[in-house]
Amino acid sequence: MWSRMWSYRTAYLFVAPFLICFTLFIVIPIVAAVGLSFTYYNGIEAPRFIGWSNFQYLVAQDLLFLRYALPNTFKFAVIVGPGGYAAAFLLAWLISRLRGGYRKWVALAMYTPSLTIGIAMTIIWLPLLSGDRIGYLNSILLKLGLIDVPKLWVTNPDLLMNSMIAVTLWSSMGVGFLAMLAGILNVDTTLYEAGKIDGIKNSLQELWFITIPSMKPQMLFGAVMAIVTTFKTGAIGTELSGQNPTPEYAGHLIVNHINDYGFIRFEMGYAATVSVFLLLLMYFANKLSWGLFGAKEE
Amino acid sequence: MLILSVVMILPIIYIFNHAFKPYHELFVYPPNFFVQEPNVQNFVELFWVTSNSIVPVSRYLFNSLLISFLSVVGVTAVSALCAYPLSKTPFPGKKVIFSTIILMLMFTPEVIQIPRYLVVSHLGIMNTYLGHLLPVLALPVGVFLLKQFVDQIPDSLLEAARIDGANELIVFARIIIPMCMPAIATVAILAFQNSWGNTETSQLFMQDDEMKNFPFFLSTLTNNLANNVARQGAAAVAALIMLVPNLIFFVILQSKVISTMAHSGIK
Repeated sequence: MWSRMWSYRTAYLFVAPFLICFTLFIVIPIVAAVGLSFTYYNGIEAPRFIGWSNFQYLVAQDLLFLRYALPNTFKFAVIVGPGGYAAAFLLAWLISRLRGGYRKWVALAMYTPSLTIGIAMTIIWLPLLSGDRIGYLNSILLKLGLIDVPKLWVTNPDLLMNSMIAVTLWSSMGVGFLAMLAGILNVDTTLYEAGKIDGIKNSLQELWFITIPSMKPQMLFGAVMAIVTTFKTGAIGTELSGQNPTPEYAGHLIVNHINDYGFIRFEMGYAATVSVFLLLLMYFANKLSWGLFGAKEE
Repeated sequence: MLILSVVMILPIIYIFNHAFKPYHELFVYPPNFFVQEPNVQNFVELFWVTSNSIVPVSRYLFNSLLISFLSVVGVTAVSALCAYPLSKTPFPGKKVIFSTIILMLMFTPEVIQIPRYLVVSHLGIMNTYLGHLLPVLALPVGVFLLKQFVDQIPDSLLEAARIDGANELIVFARIIIPMCMPAIATVAILAFQNSWGNTETSQLFMQDDEMKNFPFFLSTLTNNLANNVARQGAAAVAALIMLVPNLIFFVILQSKVISTMAHSGIK
């Protein structure tokens, strides 16, 4: 065993730099989060082991979590995740059917919004959604006579969630979208010809019987990326409304809940518990997409 | 299709216009989408107003440029080095490493900020450029994409080189790197996006203001922008600075990205 490992020493040397960083900043933090989730830790005293009580509090007593963070996250994730994913796939398919040089530019137009994820997104959307009549959306809707008074798109608790979803969907055509576009473009064209001979009549059948089966791996990659982005953009509510917690917890997602406990209340043990819960949630979301798109034969 | 892409791009066009609007145009009613009298007043404001504060905006910009440059170089080098043996050498432990990477593909660093903070503070790299750089160096997506790309380089090519007396390092530098250029370009783009817009390291790992980066500065500008009129123009300019490098990078390398993504499937 050891001599075999020694004979591959250059391989280990090559892998080492990545693996060290990877372990330090991704693996250890995740393990630490799991460990901390069983403790009471306020950042100053040493963590004190308290068993499952953080988890008990989370599922039984944390009203903010149960009433706002959890339902909000589900609503947000269900619409933005599968919704954004389906939209990305549909767009990729439509773009792949375009002919000529402008396909590249349409793809670029779709992809650009995802470049703004993070802080620039806020600046772009705030003036558009701002709550007075100067806000672009208000101004247009007022002019069309659809609304009578300017709406507070980002500070009204009823509307914040919708604004969050709209903005996130707008920016969801990211890496996953590119992967699917590439996947569609690389489907072997002889398959389509064979399909025509076998009696495939329209392009929808073509999509269902040929395109989707042959690009399953890309679709899985796209799904994983969609899940990651969905949970990543969780802070958008705070950014849009400029407040954490968001007004009446309307945009309160699990990510905000973690920050709330971790960096505002300094209950880091409990914050870690919430992160572990979120990690589990992401893991099962991924398992689900794996089941849908994963290769069965392996 | 064209209409949809126009709608998608609309907010982007708008931010371009916003950045060049003089004050009296920023707040007219009804608001104009396009700028009437373009000028650079906002640019001047962004750099002028902050020049007499303790940390000038150029310092943030310098930090951002330096960190992004280092992290692009670092991430591509580290990922490529890792991807090559993962794809071509059957060393013990390889399966475990690769499946861990796939697993970590699913998680975002945002969720584990607190333990990350603890790691960084224990390493003693708070307030240093290393603190900016190291946490973003491990990019699982990067290794994954590169590994998939290296997979399709024929083994016989590597064999031939080894018979000619090339050692692993030469094989890596002369064959793997040149043949993976599209994938490396893609990873570079992802790395750049990752660090150019990253506020996490500045917010958590940097206490000194002169060590923070441009996106962080931007987030201080936008605090309460929702109910605020001041500095909107300057903020738009700053957003533009955040966006444009990404855009240029992507336009130049788009075809390479697409060809890399064709191999991105998880099998």
